[in-house]
Amino acid sequence: MSTIQLIAGENEPHPDVALVDRVRGGDVLAYDTLVRKYDRQIFRIAQHITQNREDAEDVMQDAFLKAYEKIDQFQGNSKFYTWLVRIAVNESLMRLRKRRTGKMVSIDEDIETDEGSVPRDLADWAPDPEQNYGQAELAEILRKTIQGLPQGFRIVFVLRDVEGLSTEETAETLGLSIPAVKSRLLRARLQLRERLSRYFRRKRGAEK
Amino acid sequence: MTCSEFLALLDDLIDDSVTPETRAQLQEHLRGCDHCEVTLNTTRKTIEIYRSHEIYDLPPSLRERLHAAIMARCKKGC
Ligand SMILES: [Zn+2]
Repeated sequence: MSTIQLIAGENEPHPDVALVDRVRGGDVLAYDTLVRKYDRQIFRIAQHITQNREDAEDVMQDAFLKAYEKIDQFQGNSKFYTWLVRIAVNESLMRLRKRRTGKMVSIDEDIETDEGSVPRDLADWAPDPEQNYGQAELAEILRKTIQGLPQGFRIVFVLRDVEGLSTEETAETLGLSIPAVKSRLLRARLQLRERLSRYFRRKRGAEK
Repeated sequence: MTCSEFLALLDDLIDDSVTPETRAQLQEHLRGCDHCEVTLNTTRKTIEIYRSHEIYDLPPSLRERLHAAIMARCKKGC
């Protein structure tokens, strides 16, 4: 029995553990399965960070290749997915740095803002407000809104709320403390709420 | 409980990680405060909307192309 299985085996071993073991044994097809399982998420995370489609394509390829090369370094005390996300986040930040040469890019960027920490727009939203927009229009609103968040808030929101990582996993992935993740998450959620209010608030006279 | 005390616990309430006692206090505040109730409901909705809408999808053709590129390089030993 390998080390990863011992550590993960407390409850049910995660199905990725067996796949990772097969990859280590030289089974490329097992890696194919892992790529297919997580490619959408990795692409999405890369897009959220780089905000650029070509960069996201490159990040996705580089992240999966790097994970393959380094698979022997994967410790198994975190999930394979979390480990992969960490690689993808780092690749994305690196890509950003290249693009904006000379400008520092980190997840601590632009963090000093109190925007949204005190809710100002207190109008209630229409019931199922997203249904007042077509799919493409809604996607555009959601993209524009989340792109306006400071980088360090946006990444925390994406990992925690969109991709479903736990607070601990998010902290580990980004190298942040748990209180820092919590405080960023609250502010990210409140800022997004505030910004979406403009589109989703109940229109005057539209009450049923 | 004041509105700012409520706000400080908003995430824990949304993530369902409050003690029953705290939950009762939060609910007590909500009964008398429309503002916090709107904030809670619309914040929940914000998360739900982002969770359920794919804003950066990976089209099947692009997915296959990237996938083929990754696997080709892995097979070569990267
Ligand atoms: Zn209140």
